[in-house]
Amino acid sequence: MKVAILGMGSVGKGVLKMIGEKDLDIKVTAVADSKSALMDRDGISIGEVLEAKRVHGFCGDKSLNAMEVVTGADYDALVEVTPTNANTGEPALTHIIAAMDRGHHVVTSNKGPIAREFSMLRSIAREKRVQIRYEATVGGAIPIMHTLDQGLAGNRILAIFGILNGTCNFILNRMADEGLTYEQALLEAREMGYAEADPTYDVKGIDPAIKLVILANTFWKKTVKLEDVEITGIDKLTNDALRLAEEQDCTIRLIAEAIPDRGILRVAPRLLPISHPLVVEGTFNAITIETDMAGEITLIGKGAGSIETASAIIGDLLYIRDRHEGSHSKTA
Amino acid sequence: MKLEIKDAPGQLVAALKPISEVGGNIIAVIHQRDEKQRGKMLSVQIVLELPEQRLKDLTRLIREQGVNIQRIGHERLLYQKTVMVIGHLIHTDLGDTVDRIDCTGFAEVTELNISMPAITQVSSARLLIKSVNREDMEQAMAILRRVAKEKDFLLVEPLEEIE
Repeated sequence: MKVAILGMGSVGKGVLKMIGEKDLDIKVTAVADSKSALMDRDGISIGEVLEAKRVHGFCGDKSLNAMEVVTGADYDALVEVTPTNANTGEPALTHIIAAMDRGHHVVTSNKGPIAREFSMLRSIAREKRVQIRYEATVGGAIPIMHTLDQGLAGNRILAIFGILNGTCNFILNRMADEGLTYEQALLEAREMGYAEADPTYDVKGIDPAIKLVILANTFWKKTVKLEDVEITGIDKLTNDALRLAEEQDCTIRLIAEAIPDRGILRVAPRLLPISHPLVVEGTFNAITIETDMAGEITLIGKGAGSIETASAIIGDLLYIRDRHEGSHSKTA
Repeated sequence: MKLEIKDAPGQLVAALKPISEVGGNIIAVIHQRDEKQRGKMLSVQIVLELPEQRLKDLTRLIREQGVNIQRIGHERLLYQKTVMVIGHLIHTDLGDTVDRIDCTGFAEVTELNISMPAITQVSSARLLIKSVNREDMEQAMAILRRVAKEKDFLLVEPLEEIE
């Protein structure tokens, strides 16, 4: 299978590294970052590209760009892992549409296009008979989309709720365990590299709300938008509130929940018993799915990280390859 | 509830058996032997917890055992929920906030734990709200959500399992 990778941030580097290290029968025929690109139909040298990026800050030829890779490179699947723009979904949206128009599959970790234009992307994919997969957009390494699409096929999903933002989970953990104020815990999260310089998307609950939209669009037979989610962040929480919760063997976590029958789409801090399966440590994510046949299933795993996200991307790539055996060139 | 049973072996057990049949929990049985003025009958007071909507079934089952129910006391508020409220609770009239629930008559705030770090900072409070049943609790929560919006509080509700 031949892949073109757009984006050489943490996720892109993780994907390249794992394809380079593991015997996955995946050949990288193109890469692009924000400044440059590189194409070779016989396969690029992953070691050299990663080294070039490390030394120079860009990966290839500055006269080439990502869009030229999308339209000109020789690949079966496009791996779109450029930074998320939650407002427009660009430039990822344009890359994804162009790749599908050429009859290529797409695998992405980019929440912007999937949350904003899911129904359009899905209809293009159907029309062009290609796959668009986005496991890495929600829950990091947790195979939530595979679980919903394949593992729980035939089940009716009654509800999904969980912790979809590791940064908020870390902050609430530190406030509860160490009695830190919200501001102190946020500063610590920044120092540890868990929070962005502008943490608004995380602490105001927008990031988990975007993920909830992606989940709801996947299992709920209707198209929902970010505006449909009732969102409350964690930035007004006090360590006193966490202490008062703890006196009752409870704690507070930022929970995203979707309950189709009641029309609920909500992200808000909630009280949970400390023994609850969704009460996870550090930056972990945890998702509970309530179904009619399988009952309750809870998945817990790392919500972010270079290699963890690469796991989700590679899972999608191999799924596509196995489903479309014969239509792609074997590279072994 | 106060029951009248025959003063004979096995009668008390017969009167209590229906309570476990409807899923109830006996908290206390008060046996008053000095009320013998009714001849061979004996009065027994029972304090118990019942699942919602099961009182009718219980009274029918007890009567089927040939036991006379003299009196049914107060239904206590057994449905409860703990919530957190964060904001300027004092400056926005805490009494009024609690009253909005209490004045409904179907739900009440039975415990309030509050932490007030400094006059300029927000306070945090844990409220225990009780009601007779789930519908009343939902209404009480709807009121509380409205109050939170109006007074700019952060309301933290418990995560509940879907049934």
